[in-house]
Amino acid sequence: MNDFDAEDRLRFEQLVLPHIGAAFNLARWLLRSRADAEDVAQEALLRSYRFFRGFHGGDARAWLLQIVRNTCYTWLEKNRPMELSMEFDEELYPQTCATPETLAIAGDDRKRLTLALEMLPPRFREILVLRELEGCSYKEIAAITAIPIGTVMSSLSRARRQLYSALVNFPQGARP
Amino acid sequence: MRCVFADSLLQGYFDGELTGRRAAELERHLRHCDHCAAELVDLDLLHERLQLAQLYEPATASLRRKINARLHAIEPTTVASQPRFWHWLAAAAALLFVAIFLWGVGSGPRGDNYQAELAGEIVDAHVRSLQPGKMNGVASNDERVVAGWLEGRAMFAVPARNFTNKGFALEGGRVDVIEGHAVAVLVYERNGRPINVFIWPTRERDSAPHTGSRQNFRWVDWRKGKREFCAVSDVDPEDLERLHQLINSSA
Repeated sequence: MNDFDAEDRLRFEQLVLPHIGAAFNLARWLLRSRADAEDVAQEALLRSYRFFRGFHGGDARAWLLQIVRNTCYTWLEKNRPMELSMEFDEELYPQTCATPETLAIAGDDRKRLTLALEMLPPRFREILVLRELEGCSYKEIAAITAIPIGTVMSSLSRARRQLYSALVNFPQGARP
Repeated sequence: MRCVFADSLLQGYFDGELTGRRAAELERHLRHCDHCAAELVDLDLLHERLQLAQLYEPATASLRRKINARLHAIEPTTVASQPRFWHWLAAAAALLFVAIFLWGVGSGPRGDNYQAELAGEIVDAHVRSLQPGKMNGVASNDERVVAGWLEGRAMFAVPARNFTNKGFALEGGRVDVIEGHAVAVLVYERNGRPINVFIWPTRERDSAPHTGSRQNFRWVDWRKGKREFCAVSDVDPEDLERLHQLINSSA
């Protein structure tokens, strides 16, 4: 939309642009690739700019992240449709007892955590990223992912358990 | 056996999302539930571990530059210091020009970008809804149940009608987000194919239906009674038109 005036542009720059980092981070985790996330984050920012007149104040980060999320899912449907139907196989990663040893922080834990997070279905991955990395409240998560707040709580519980199972059962060979 | 609290209140307690009363309730529970007490420790360790690993992926300066450059390529058409009169005159002249242009080339009456973008978004939302396990809404063929569920969430009255006797069975409703707006969606079924009807409030006058298609899906968009409707599906175009008439005569 080109009929933006300078005032709108200033508002957009002040309210939305500070959240480019959040937009990229969510896209990177949903798409599991920095390069694809760069493309999709750009597209989402341009879309949000075109639709900025539809934003009537409130939480600009949550508003932008909704658009990023929609853009990511649309991109996945076009480019990697199989990923969206993937479900976490709880049989394959049975729940085991937690011990302080298994949770002990390894020298470089980043790689293991990254792989474990990437194994989760997108719906669980996104909710963990929004809560644990982005620090979103339940209300914000509900708005971004279009699910009721009560469901946020139960989805987070399942997502955390799945991540936990994936970590506990992660093959040792996959360690860096 | 997992404790029933572990899947609900415990998460909210850990995330600091419970009210004082409910938090106190959970704290009483924790005193005699070893399972939840242990799980709370696990949640804390996992959180700590995720924080220590610094998983947040920062955007590069080059991405920020690219976004800024692409945004600046879209120039504002007017500057704020110009008198509003000129603003309107310019807009009117531009509209007239577009209208003449569209009339001249014989395109549909809704050739502008915004409508095309919006239709694209709605078709994308329809495609998303076809993915398994994505339905967050109410599954019911009861008009009152669906209307009540939607009304509490969409903040406007939604005409949920079941046309099973006409071959369009109401299957339920949900709320979707189309570019930052909460939009009510009625889900119908026709010969085994789903039809999504997106509904949102509008200030504009009633309008005749406009149709279009995108990726193998057809959409019909119309306004009635301060609401805009957009029905999307891959059913026969005539079926989509019949559903439009049924909804319009009942709305």
